[in-house]
Amino acid sequence: MPVGLLGIVLAASAMTAATVAAAADRTISMPSDHAYATLRSGPGVEVTRQQCVSCHSTDYIVMQPRGNARQWDAVVTKMIKVFGAPITDQDAKTIVEYLATTYGN
Amino acid sequence: MRDVSRRSLVKGMAGLGALVASGLVGPRRLALAQGDPVLAGRPLVRYPEKTDLILLTSRPPQLETPMKYFDRAITPNEAFFVRYHVFPIPLEVDLATWRLRISGRVDRPLELSLDDLKTRFPRASVTAVNQCSGNSRGRFAPRVLGGQWGDGAMGNAEWVGARLKDILTAAGVRQGAVQATFDGLDKPAFPSVPDFVKSLDITRIMDDPDVLVAYEMNGAPLPMLNGYPARLVVPGWYATYWVKHLSEIEVIDHVFEKFWMKPGYRIPDNACGCVAPGTVLARTVPINRLTVRSFIAAPEPGTRVSVGRPIILKGIAFDGGEGVREVQVSDNDGATWRQARLGADLGRYSFREWSAAWTPGQPGPARLMVRAINRIGESQGREPLWNPAGYLRNVIEHVDLQVG
Repeated sequence: MPVGLLGIVLAASAMTAATVAAAADRTISMPSDHAYATLRSGPGVEVTRQQCVSCHSTDYIVMQPRGNARQWDAVVTKMIKVFGAPITDQDAKTIVEYLATTYGN
Repeated sequence: MRDVSRRSLVKGMAGLGALVASGLVGPRRLALAQGDPVLAGRPLVRYPEKTDLILLTSRPPQLETPMKYFDRAITPNEAFFVRYHVFPIPLEVDLATWRLRISGRVDRPLELSLDDLKTRFPRASVTAVNQCSGNSRGRFAPRVLGGQWGDGAMGNAEWVGARLKDILTAAGVRQGAVQATFDGLDKPAFPSVPDFVKSLDITRIMDDPDVLVAYEMNGAPLPMLNGYPARLVVPGWYATYWVKHLSEIEVIDHVFEKFWMKPGYRIPDNACGCVAPGTVLARTVPINRLTVRSFIAAPEPGTRVSVGRPIILKGIAFDGGEGVREVQVSDNDGATWRQARLGADLGRYSFREWSAAWTPGQPGPARLMVRAINRIGESQGREPLWNPAGYLRNVIEHVDLQVG
């Protein structure tokens, strides 16, 4: 939100309740995903990016502790089973291989 | 007196050479905290209604407060941390249509406008710490999965709103009610993703006049990213219960056990909430009360100070609502401790400001430590506790300075 609009909202809070109801609608817009944590290149990076970024930015992946295939498989399985990520078995396999190779321990 | 070492700054940025060179991240936008591996490489970003905060994740947005803001009791709204669970998040609120609905096992279901909240219920206020369950998770060893926060997923504000018990009393809680659930405007993109819904026991709510539906934060409307127009305030308990953009309260006759209450946000069912690293938890309970913590916010780590010239250490301490009794500092690795001076008492749920004078004795590296003790004698340990979710961290904190 531009600083000017915030000022208007804050000023509105000092008005009467009736005025506030009409004037206090609040809208913000969010910046796009920051590039500080893009996925490293490697086999499967495109599938990984496409599937994961529909729900979250890639910083979520990059910041995690490194893990072997079993540990990354648990993460990807959680995304599918618990969070309902619509990822096919084949793509899940590609993603786990990519993560275990690129962010392995 | 302060002279942050340029050499370490340059060294810290070297790993980000590619990003900096590509122009994606300007050197001045990096959240450098000297020698801090958790914050290294994380950019400073400016989000709507916010000042420069340390980026954890872009989407859903998670932003943490730089340590420099914890040299005072009240955290400014624009510097207050941001944490969401699901995406998309609400970007727009229309007060003409926003309502807080109270339903379930009540005699009179309610639909309250913001104006109703302000005029139909007494105005109540509490100054309270809002700290993420996973604050400082990035410091766990062995490391654990989850948001790798530094120490900035916390803040303290004066919250003003309607008491939750007054709202539930107006609705008339029926016999047999066990818990109330709380849902906000943030809704996941896919129906398969568990919606962020939390619950509290009815007794917890009715016995505690400080649990609020807050519509003001430090004398202003809540920033959008902190839950505009109203959020739950549960003093002394972790931020996971402080549901933002609150829109639905349902009174139920059982213990709510959907994802964000179980298996999410659970701690080991024992006195310390901790286990030996690697242990799979057998019995768990929902996370609840904040542990005792204290921080040194000034001077910053790596600050160069001079032998014989006194400096003032400053920071904050807090606990889960007993109130901080004492803050102590040590300059000899905890062999001896001396009392810091406490600032104004803003209530038992608030950050307590502290300060202490310290005179560097000899040249070389110096480590200053801080610990707090609350009114029932709970304190902080030398060794960090561990649990698989990375919660409850409250080890004794320190800053390293350079005496020249």
